[in-house]
Amino acid sequence: MLKEFRLPDAGEGLTEADIVSWRVRPGDTVAVNDVIVDIETAKSVVELPSPYAGVVVELLVAEGQTVPVGTPMIRIQTEAAVGADPDGGGRGNGSLPSGSGEPADSEGERTPMLVGYGPRVGAVSRRRRVEASAPAASAGEVSPQEVVAGLFRPMAKPPVRKLARDLGVDLNTVPPTGRGGVVTRQDVEAAAERAAAATVTADERVALRRETRVPVKGVRKLTAQAMVASAFSAPHVTEWVQVDVTRTVKLLHRLRRSPDFAGVRLTPLVMVARALLVAVRRHPQVNASWDEQAQEIVTKHYVNLGIAAATPRGLLVPVIPDADSLGLRELAQAISVLAKTARDGRTQPSEMSGGTITITNVGVFGVDGGTPILPPGQSAILAVGQVAERPWVHKGRVRPRQVTTLSLSFDHRIVDGELGSRVLADAAAILNDPGTALV
Amino acid sequence: MSDLASPRGPAGPRSVPPGGEAIDFVQLLTPDGARKRPAEYPLDVDADTLRGFYRDLVLLRRFDTEATALQRHGELGLWAPLLGQEAAQIGAGRALAPQDFAFPTFREHGLTWCRGVDPAQVLALFRGASLGGWDPAVHNLHLYSIVIGTQVLHAAGYAMGIQRDGHVGTGDPARDTAVLACFGDGATSQGDVNEAFVFASVFNLPVVFFCQNNQFAISEPNQRQSRIPLYRRASGFGFPGVRVDGNDVLAVYAVTRDALDRARRGEGPTFIEAYTYRMGAHTTSDDPSRYRPTGELEHWQQLDPIDRLVEYLLLTQTGDERYFAEIAAEADALGVRVREACRSIPNPLPESMFDHVHVEPHAQVDADRAWFRAYQSSFETAGGAA
Repeated sequence: MLKEFRLPDAGEGLTEADIVSWRVRPGDTVAVNDVIVDIETAKSVVELPSPYAGVVVELLVAEGQTVPVGTPMIRIQTEAAVGADPDGGGRGNGSLPSGSGEPADSEGERTPMLVGYGPRVGAVSRRRRVEASAPAASAGEVSPQEVVAGLFRPMAKPPVRKLARDLGVDLNTVPPTGRGGVVTRQDVEAAAERAAAATVTADERVALRRETRVPVKGVRKLTAQAMVASAFSAPHVTEWVQVDVTRTVKLLHRLRRSPDFAGVRLTPLVMVARALLVAVRRHPQVNASWDEQAQEIVTKHYVNLGIAAATPRGLLVPVIPDADSLGLRELAQAISVLAKTARDGRTQPSEMSGGTITITNVGVFGVDGGTPILPPGQSAILAVGQVAERPWVHKGRVRPRQVTTLSLSFDHRIVDGELGSRVLADAAAILNDPGTALV
Repeated sequence: MSDLASPRGPAGPRSVPPGGEAIDFVQLLTPDGARKRPAEYPLDVDADTLRGFYRDLVLLRRFDTEATALQRHGELGLWAPLLGQEAAQIGAGRALAPQDFAFPTFREHGLTWCRGVDPAQVLALFRGASLGGWDPAVHNLHLYSIVIGTQVLHAAGYAMGIQRDGHVGTGDPARDTAVLACFGDGATSQGDVNEAFVFASVFNLPVVFFCQNNQFAISEPNQRQSRIPLYRRASGFGFPGVRVDGNDVLAVYAVTRDALDRARRGEGPTFIEAYTYRMGAHTTSDDPSRYRPTGELEHWQQLDPIDRLVEYLLLTQTGDERYFAEIAAEADALGVRVREACRSIPNPLPESMFDHVHVEPHAQVDADRAWFRAYQSSFETAGGAA
């Protein structure tokens, strides 16, 4: 017989979940407790095992969809008759607590499954089986669909409902503007107009297939909000400089061999971070933020260094708190831990807040420079380009040297061209000759 | 990184996976299945007992994983998996004498198993179809306690009762009774639990404090909860503490049996720290990948409680592949039975909530029940068509 598996509440009191990925397709054979789908709830990603053995007939919800608890997700054709479990074995022996004195309704149709503790709007359930003369089939039980429908049934006056029906508008899709979330006549008419406008021709449909549309959510949404907030409130200026970092590269090689740095991942990024921290110490005003409300400039006497990282979840900027107080070894360790955590997708929100200045390492993608956008609330961000051998005039001759490009964007409300240039030139000078950091 | 060990700062972050350092504990069976014979805990078990332990561990694990799946099927509101802690619970549960009384946490499915509670009765609580699940007096097993640590005080109180009834130190093995109080590492930070230690010590109570240190108080690692191994706290209260390999069913059995004997003889309480690991989530609402250090689970999988017993059974020729297959088939059958039993747990009548308020009939409760019944039936006559 055909069985449906409805989205259960995988936490306590969750009302919905995202369908992350299906592990089965129609036609696949599944056994009880085979994992069939990954869902993501507000709490975690959860694997759901199949309650039934049989053949998958249909997937009812698509990957990427957010569905309420209780929504049918999959149809499975089970091989055997009701109750006979295809994977064999013993019967339930029914030695159950008889606290209620009520007989188990084991007649063919079992009671509808739980759908969690979530809100049950329209809880008009009357479980009065005692009075029901016949062994009533699920008398008065509110089915999960009803619960879901009850949750989302749009509110509208009867004439408006009729209008919607006449115009072929699904009230569930109409954003209500009336008082208390009521769908008004105007809402329905507007929806009908939009629907007409959206009716596309065959040609347009072909064109549509040439594009993919992905809903903006999660990290992408946050990134977009941050970028827009920053780009259109802080006037950005970007400066850049090319620098011969051969001596830094040599220093890195030496340090890597030193027993003091055994087991530490030393990369050019670590040296750039160090150079920037020294430059900030010399020019603390660059490590500041603009307080629009108070009309004040807030100079930070600590450096929480953000490191932009491309992760499976998208762009994240985890922060090393008090990076200015760390030695080179601790800084290197902090960067490598932070990078690994970000790559594993395990960066917590608290680890991304409170940054005061940021580095973005675009060099790993094989490019030289760019005009980075400031993380909101920060006044400078440094982009590091690739370190590559370039012809360079060194001691009066053209030599192959290790060269990189540094690009510094700053908030021109706080940082003038002079200050920005000094910070950039200082960082570049340190990378060109690490010895100058001692000065 | 000496700052981590600073005596004045807060307990440092964990640096080594637990078990990665050499843990000093009582062990009778190594992870490779080699038998050790510490002099303080002599244990001779026959082949049937050994096989019994294996059967317990496998069936318990199957019940537990089946229940976890049932929660994902939408058949249970919640489940607290015990995966990884089977040996600790079976070892302790099998050490109990019939007249002993145990106080479990909500994760002690191994204890309910040993005390003869039907798995379906355990599931009824997690399905929201029962407020308890079983009659504590029938199984000499208190109900699951949801609030952390409360049951430890109850256990101390129960032990005081036993003592005052004169069921301690008589020398009659059928009469002398002990109490087993179960709790986790997180509960050792609770006030109630420490109060129970004080009372047990002062009154020399016949109680065994059985702490399963599964390394996490939900997400808080044990290293951040205590500066010293938990079992060493007992000495401050004035009774012995012992740490046992919680993934070694023989060691847990031997150590718990010894402590229960001591309690029955009237020699007072013992603190047992069963050093183990929760391989699953805290509950089905939890996502351990958010706090579990990488590699830790893999480390503990090497120390699995069932694997080492398989090795030992093979080595001693007390079990062979045919026997293992038999038990596996029995586990499959149990899985099916648990599934079916869970799905057919009856929904209780709403008025059943009045049933267990008082042991004796009570006028006020009867009046409330009558009113509620009338209220319920008023719906039926008024609203059949709504």
